Amino acid sequence: MRKIYLTIIGVIILTALFAEYPDGNVILGRIDANMNARTTKSTTTMIVQTRRATRTMESINWSQGSEKSFSEYTAPARERGTKMLKDGDNLWIFDPSTDRTIQISGNMLKQSVMGSDLSYEDFMEETSLRDNYSAVVKGELVHEGRDTWIMELTAKKSTTSYQKIVLYVDKERYVPLYEERYAKGGKLLKTTRVQEVMQSGNRWYPQKILYKDELKDGKGTLFIINKIEFDVKIPAHIFSKASLKK
Amino acid sequence: MLKFIIKGLLRDRSRSIFPVLVVFFGVFITVYFISFMDGFEESIIRQNANMDTGHVKIVTRAYSEVISQKPTDLSLLEVKDDLEEWKRRYPELDFFPRITFGALLDVPDSAGLTLAQGDVAGMGIDLFSNDKESKRLRLNDALRLGKLPAEPGQILLSEQLFTKLNLNLGQRITLIGSTVYGAMAMQDFTVSGAVEFGVTALDRGGVIADISDVRRMLDLEDGASEILGYYTGTGYKDKVAKALALDFNKAYSDSTDEFSPLMLTLTQQNNLGEMMAIFNTSMGVMIFIFVLLMSIILWNSGLLNGIRRYGEFGLRLAMGELKKHLFWWLVVEAAVIGFIGTVLGTAAGLLLSWYFQSHGVDFSAYTTNSTLMYENIIYTHITPTSFYIGFIPGMLAVVAGAMLAGISIYKRKTSQLFKELET
Repeated sequence: MRKIYLTIIGVIILTALFAEYPDGNVILGRIDANMNARTTKSTTTMIVQTRRATRTMESINWSQGSEKSFSEYTAPARERGTKMLKDGDNLWIFDPSTDRTIQISGNMLKQSVMGSDLSYEDFMEETSLRDNYSAVVKGELVHEGRDTWIMELTAKKSTTSYQKIVLYVDKERYVPLYEERYAKGGKLLKTTRVQEVMQSGNRWYPQKILYKDELKDGKGTLFIINKIEFDVKIPAHIFSKASLKK
Repeated sequence: MLKFIIKGLLRDRSRSIFPVLVVFFGVFITVYFISFMDGFEESIIRQNANMDTGHVKIVTRAYSEVISQKPTDLSLLEVKDDLEEWKRRYPELDFFPRITFGALLDVPDSAGLTLAQGDVAGMGIDLFSNDKESKRLRLNDALRLGKLPAEPGQILLSEQLFTKLNLNLGQRITLIGSTVYGAMAMQDFTVSGAVEFGVTALDRGGVIADISDVRRMLDLEDGASEILGYYTGTGYKDKVAKALALDFNKAYSDSTDEFSPLMLTLTQQNNLGEMMAIFNTSMGVMIFIFVLLMSIILWNSGLLNGIRRYGEFGLRLAMGELKKHLFWWLVVEAAVIGFIGTVLGTAAGLLLSWYFQSHGVDFSAYTTNSTLMYENIIYTHITPTSFYIGFIPGMLAVVAGAMLAGISIYKRKTSQLFKELET
């Protein structure tokens, strides 16, 4: 009888120790399900706060899974008509002033998108966290009034841009509210802070995000989603190279 | 007495021609060497000033902290009115805005797709208002193919880049860079010509376009990454330039505003101050050693001359001439020889220096792999020093040699003179 009691107590203790945090990979699946859609169409505002000036850019964006996306800048005048197309591992940019379409590759991928804190490499990243990282829940924290899981993500492939990511994930809404992205050597490269979230149908989605390249001066880039539609029908020609020049 | 000495020297050629020739060559080499080294130093200053530093340079405070990186995003913005004010305040300077930038040169095919690419170091200068900048960069001399940009949208490429990318004159290229705000910048240009700068760093991938085109490309209207100032009359004088920079910075620079203008002098850039100090010290040491060696040679010549006339002095002493008189005779003779040799040597040295001051010495065959910023043709430079430096080895050493030789006159004993003459 005494053995049974001890076994029960042991099981209770072990459960308390190891069952406190859920499986990180399961949470990643929940995040992917919340954040990704078959297709999206959005209008966004990007406010780039550099060391000497603040610039505001507006764009319309279409995406299909994590493979294809298309963006067209609508403001300011200098950037109007600039278009970007991502198709798998390829990224093209169209500049209306020169009427040229340039493929962004090699070192150019590390350059900033429109002077923001985001690089073309960030733009090329696959959106599914579950497919690219394995996760461990490290703890929990109240982050800006919301209960979050602290998660540590490790890249499955050595070619992934960020080898380690620390995430604070909203326990209820499965929205990553804060991110730290690290290089292979452990250097902090970028941080992402969600300032506002919005509800669209049964999903919660970041509406206002501050991206900060930790290697650059400046106050970061504020990315605001003005409007987003999920699982809308997008004509196939949008994701073709021909649409860059249209 | 002097007339008598000169007559004696002229009649006894063995006493005059060889010593004068030795002094002549010594002084000639000294004068030319000094002029050449002065010219070389000037060349380094001029080339750096023309290509990069100006006599003074105005940049933002933030830019000055990382000036070697030439960060376009820290350029001076909207400086048109400020520049006019600086021109009024410092009329002794000519100001020229420049923009330096890095970019990717993309060559499209007929369908507009990328055919070839290469990294370039670009420079935007004022090519259309006047020809001062193109003259300063000696673009006409450097032009190997085509012509200088004459209208907006034209660009000059280094000949190496032109050949490497297999370009043709009139061909369209696209420069892809970053605007002052960090956004991607693209601009089309037409290749108008190819140049050879003579500076390896620039010859690898230099491109030059008019500043208005570069401003448009980099979203830098009325801006410049650097404003270079050149003294219109006099050349570069470090003390004067430093005083002017101090005045400018006191008037316009604000230590709390990282984008306020800051003036730097030539020697405050590219470690040129330290380099020039080392160069001047080395040159001083080299000149000292050279003058010392020449002095030893000429001194020895004076000494030999005195020893050669040992018998003559003995005879003159035996005939009753005073030792003191004989000693000073020898010294005056040496001074006359030294003076004639020095004047002739200085004249010949100045003549050769003057020739190379006008025509230059071409070192291009030896500078093909050099990364230093100095000209392929070095022009000698005649300074006031060139006129008197020859007198140190030419006059002083010869006279000192004669005096040393003359000491032996005092050691002669009158009682033994006839005995010496008999043997």
